[in-house]
Amino acid sequence: MRGALLSIQRNGVAIKGNIETKFDDPGFSSMNVELRTKLDLYGNIVRCKSMPGIQTRHQGIDVVLIRENMEGEYSNKEHEIDHGKIENLKIITREKSMKIAKYAFDYAVEHGRNKVTAIHKANIMKLGDGLFLDCCRQVACSYPQIEFNDMIVDNASMQMVSRPQQFDVLVLPNLYGNILSNIAAGLVGGAGVVAGVNIGDNYAVFEMGTRSSGKSLMGKNTANPMGMLLAGCDMLEYLGHEGHATMIRESVLNVVCNNKIQTPDIGGDATTTEVVQAIIDDLKPKTKSWSVSLVYM
Amino acid sequence: MTSVKDVFTSAGVPVDFEELFLSTTLSRAASLESVVDSFKQNGVGLKGIITTPSSFKGGILQTLNMKLRNELDLFANVVLIKSLPGFKTRHDNLNFVVIREQIEGEYSAKEHEADPGVIESLKIITRKNSERIAKFAFQYATKHKRKKVTAVHKANIMKQSDGLFIRCCEEVAQFYPQIKFETMIIDNCCMQLVSNPHQFDVMVMPNLYGNIVDNLAAGLVGGAGVVPGESFGSDVAVFEQGARHAFAEAIGKNIANPTATLLSACNMLKHINLHHHAGLIEEAVYKVVREEQVCIKFDVHVRQT
Repeated sequence: MRGALLSIQRNGVAIKGNIETKFDDPGFSSMNVELRTKLDLYGNIVRCKSMPGIQTRHQGIDVVLIRENMEGEYSNKEHEIDHGKIENLKIITREKSMKIAKYAFDYAVEHGRNKVTAIHKANIMKLGDGLFLDCCRQVACSYPQIEFNDMIVDNASMQMVSRPQQFDVLVLPNLYGNILSNIAAGLVGGAGVVAGVNIGDNYAVFEMGTRSSGKSLMGKNTANPMGMLLAGCDMLEYLGHEGHATMIRESVLNVVCNNKIQTPDIGGDATTTEVVQAIIDDLKPKTKSWSVSLVYM
Repeated sequence: MTSVKDVFTSAGVPVDFEELFLSTTLSRAASLESVVDSFKQNGVGLKGIITTPSSFKGGILQTLNMKLRNELDLFANVVLIKSLPGFKTRHDNLNFVVIREQIEGEYSAKEHEADPGVIESLKIITRKNSERIAKFAFQYATKHKRKKVTAVHKANIMKQSDGLFIRCCEEVAQFYPQIKFETMIIDNCCMQLVSNPHQFDVMVMPNLYGNIVDNLAAGLVGGAGVVPGESFGSDVAVFEQGARHAFAEAIGKNIANPTATLLSACNMLKHINLHHHAGLIEEAVYKVVREEQVCIKFDVHVRQT
């Protein structure tokens, strides 16, 4: 773990798979959470966009979920106050809420988005979620060009499955972000096709959008490589290698959406290696290194 | 509620209503005590949803809905998610049950400012209530001839609290070998609900997850207006909409969908053994939804009321 942390601190960026967290052992804390806390990766961004060629029940979805990544329900502060009675602390701070709200609005401006929706449960958690909502409202005032509204998390879940096209950019506390990004990913094809990134002031860690470890698929060669490859493209873009990123992304989409070489999770019957090979084959003609002329004198 | 009374009158249902009006915002409201007494005395009740403002202006954190549930000890909420015949949605033939613990967890109403700008909200999970809801879920599954119970949690993160909940479910599951038991993490569960909802049978979960899953699942079969729900305590049963939205925008506009309230009224009649009348009304509701398409504009996009 220490090695991984040092490596990310050295390099500034990383791409990572998801680490399975055991839940039957209270002494074992989530490595994913530890990584985010240690590196101060305060924001998680997942974009769920319908892809042509992947059969789903809804079309035309393009929603960005910006999730507070460090506090809230993931505080890891729990104790037994009485026999058989556990108290769990959810922590919301003004500092982190302001930061993520600001990030969401900046993201909206930078990517030409029109609306930011804050998701909360302030009707029940009036102080905690109330503070989060307050911070979002406050930040919204400085961005008059971006429309702002808020929605209670249960209603948002219902809206997400009935009219997902209404959403543009969502900003959410930790747990709601986790839940809604899974719903949204489910709508556009599942855990295998969505990429995500964890952003801090200094580091960026790229990963699959929904952070499912997919342990049940281990060794079966059926896992969908799309999410990871798209995360890789996002990383290249982040590093400024836009040409390479676009090239790979186009090949991935071409193979999966046009040529329909798909893993079982999105309705195909190809294996992981077959999909990857098809993508490599698609890439080959586009890269110069495969057409080096050897001239013998 | 008017719709229920009208329909009951036409169907000749031998039920007298004791009506009470409860509100957080209006002053002509009845007191909570009188409502609680009425429920206790009658043993059953039909209830609308009470709006809760999100803004906090000092005072008490607990909402009226929560107070009522605590007073009556309505620990279990049951929402049956069933596709309405003839009502077109993206998934057909859904039939599963969401059972939600509803007096503790995230709804403890215990919050405080630990430091300026830092709020702590307490989520409380107890062995007593977890065992009680787990037992309820397995009893329900047995009674309604269901095959599987899925416990939904986030114990990978909340190891102690959600961990306790899962442990209680596992312990209770051992006494019901004929019913299959599995666990699922809430985020994955939500994804499964939108991609492959047919896998679910009976689901049991803590308060907030129940709230989210109820709404998500209601969305799958047509929205808040068509799904009935019910809450149980040891002595009282309260019937209401499955997805609890007040829909205050619709007051006086005659556009709210009465299907959910009517169906929950039918469930109430079944609960007090008036099966004949319940069947009569249920059939009429289904017929209207199926054949005449006299659906309400807000959730079904047809302009008729």
